[in-house]
Amino acid sequence: MNRYLIDRVTRHLIQLLVGLVVALILIFLGYLIWQGRHQVTWTFLTTSSEVGLGIRDQLFNSLYLLVLTLLLSFPIALGSAVALTIYAKQNIFTRLAQMAIEVLSSLPSIIVGLFGFLFLVLKVGLGFSVLSGAIALTFFNLPILTQSMILALKNVPTSRLEAGISLGVSQWHVLLKVIIPEAIPGIISGIVLSAGRVFGEAAALIYTAGQSAPQLDYHNWNIFSANSFLNPLRPAETLAVHIWKVNTENIGIDADKISRGAIVILVVVVLLFNFLARRLSNYLQQKNGGR
Amino acid sequence: MNLVELKSPSKEIRQDHWGKILCYAATGVLLLLLLTMMYFVFSKGIRTFTVDGVKVWKFLTTSQWEPTSTTPKVGALALISTSFLTTILAAVIAAPIAIIIAIYVVVIDTKIGTKLIQPIVELLLGIPSVVYGFVGLTMLVPLIRRSFGGTGFGILAGMLILALMILPTITSLAIESLRGVDRSYWNFAYTLGGTTWQVITHVILKIAAPNLIIAVIYGIARAFGEALAVQMVIGNTIQMPINLLTPTATLTSKLTTDIGNTVAGTLANDALWSLALILLLMSLAFNLIAKRFAKRRVKS
Repeated sequence: MNRYLIDRVTRHLIQLLVGLVVALILIFLGYLIWQGRHQVTWTFLTTSSEVGLGIRDQLFNSLYLLVLTLLLSFPIALGSAVALTIYAKQNIFTRLAQMAIEVLSSLPSIIVGLFGFLFLVLKVGLGFSVLSGAIALTFFNLPILTQSMILALKNVPTSRLEAGISLGVSQWHVLLKVIIPEAIPGIISGIVLSAGRVFGEAAALIYTAGQSAPQLDYHNWNIFSANSFLNPLRPAETLAVHIWKVNTENIGIDADKISRGAIVILVVVVLLFNFLARRLSNYLQQKNGGR
Repeated sequence: MNLVELKSPSKEIRQDHWGKILCYAATGVLLLLLLTMMYFVFSKGIRTFTVDGVKVWKFLTTSQWEPTSTTPKVGALALISTSFLTTILAAVIAAPIAIIIAIYVVVIDTKIGTKLIQPIVELLLGIPSVVYGFVGLTMLVPLIRRSFGGTGFGILAGMLILALMILPTITSLAIESLRGVDRSYWNFAYTLGGTTWQVITHVILKIAAPNLIIAVIYGIARAFGEALAVQMVIGNTIQMPINLLTPTATLTSKLTTDIGNTVAGTLANDALWSLALILLLMSLAFNLIAKRFAKRRVKS
C-alpha cells in the first residue's frame, strides 16, 4: 500500500510546513510590536521630531494625508464603480476603463511617486506639500478602492434595480436610496482596507509630500499660515517616510529608537484597519447568508 | 397637464441623465490618469535616446553608470539584471510555500485553513514596505553578515525580504485558484480510488495550473516594482549581480536614491527617467502575460 503511505507522509509534511510558516509569521508580527514597546510613550507621541525624540508631526501628517486622500478618492472611486457596474453596457469605454484599473492597480508605487513629483510638484508647482502627497496617494489608492467598490455593488442583487425601474423611479434614485445603502458595509470595508495601505505607503510620498516635517502649531487655524497644521501647501513627512528616512540617512541609536517606536504605531494601526475590514465583510456575509 | 410638460423629459429622466454623466466623468478621470501618467513617463524616458543621443541598445547592454563624468556613460544592464534576479529568486522561494499553504487551506483542512491560516497569512498583506525594509536592515543584514561574511547587504537580503512580502499575495491568489477547481473533478478522482495526495497532484494542481501561474506572475510583478524595502537592504552600488552577497542596486532602488539629487534636463536625470520607463513597461508586460494565461484558461 505504497501510495497510502505517500499520502500520509505528504499530508504530515504539508501540515508541518504550514505550521512552521504560520508560526514564523506570528513571531515576525509579535517581534515588530514587542521590540518597540518601550518606545511608545506619551512623550514620544507628543514631541516634535525637530526638538527631541518624537513623532508628533509625522503622526499628524499621516492622518491628515489619509483623510484628504479618502476625501479625494472616494467620490471618484464610487462614481466609476457605479458607471462600471450599474450603467455599464459592454462597450469600448468600459472595457478600456476596466483595463485602466487593472493596469493602475499593479503599477509600482514608486512610479506613481515619480509621476506625482514630475506633474504635481514641478509642472503644477505645488512643491513638496500635503496637497501633492494627497493627490499622489489618490492616484495610488483609486484603482484599489474602485475595485472593492465594484465588488460591493455587485453583491447587491440586480432585482433591486429592476424593481425600481418597473415602478418608474429613475435609476439614479434607486441607486442613491436602495443600492448604495445596501452596499454600505462592503463599501466601508473597502475604504478601511485601502486606508491601511495608504497609511503605510511611503514610496509614492517621498518625492511628493516631501521628507521634512516642520514643527507645526496646532493652535494656528489659519490654513494659509506656514506653520499651521492645516496648511495644505507645507511639506509633510509621514510616519512611513520618516522610518525610511532616518534609516537611510543617519543610522544611529536615535534612528533605531525612533523607527522601533514608529513601527509599533504603524503596524498596530494597519492591523487594526485590516481587522475592522475583515469584521465588516464577515458581517456582510452573514447578512447575505441569512437572506 | 399641458403638452409642453409631457413633451419635455421628466424629472426622473433628467436625474438619470446627470447621474450618468457624473459617473462616467469619474471613470474618465481614471482613464485620463493612466494616459497622462504613461505620457509623462514616456516623454521623459525617451529623452535619453532622443535628446542625449544614447543608443537604446547600448543603454540596455552595458553596465557602466557614470552620467556625470567627463565621458558620460549610462548602461542599465546591471540594474536590470539585478532587478530580475532578485525578483525571480524571491518568487522561487515564495511560490512553492504559497501553493502548499493554499493546498492546506483548500484541500487538507478547510476549517482551520479558512478560519485561522488564511487570515494570519493575509495579515502580512497590510504591513507597509518600510517595515519590511527596517526588519531586513536590522535583523537580516546583520544575520547574513555574521553567517556568510561581507557587509550583509546584497541580493540575498533583498530576495528574502521580497519573498516574505509577496508570500501573502501569491497565497491569496493561489487559494482562490484552487477553490475555483470544480468539486466534481475531485469527487471523480476520489471515486476512482485516488488518495488525497493523488487527487491534489493529478487533478487539482493540473486544472488550477494556469491560475497558479497567474498568481505567481502577480507576485513577481509586485516584487519587481517594490522600491523602499529593497533599497534599504540591497546596498546601492551599481554592479553586475555576480554574487548574492555583494552590494548591488536594482531599478527601483536606483530611482529611489537618485531622482532627488539630479537636475531636470541633464543626462543623469533623463537616464533615471528611462529606468522608470523600463519599470512601467515591465509592469505593463506582466499584466499582458497574466492576461494571456487567463485567456488560455477560458479556451481549455
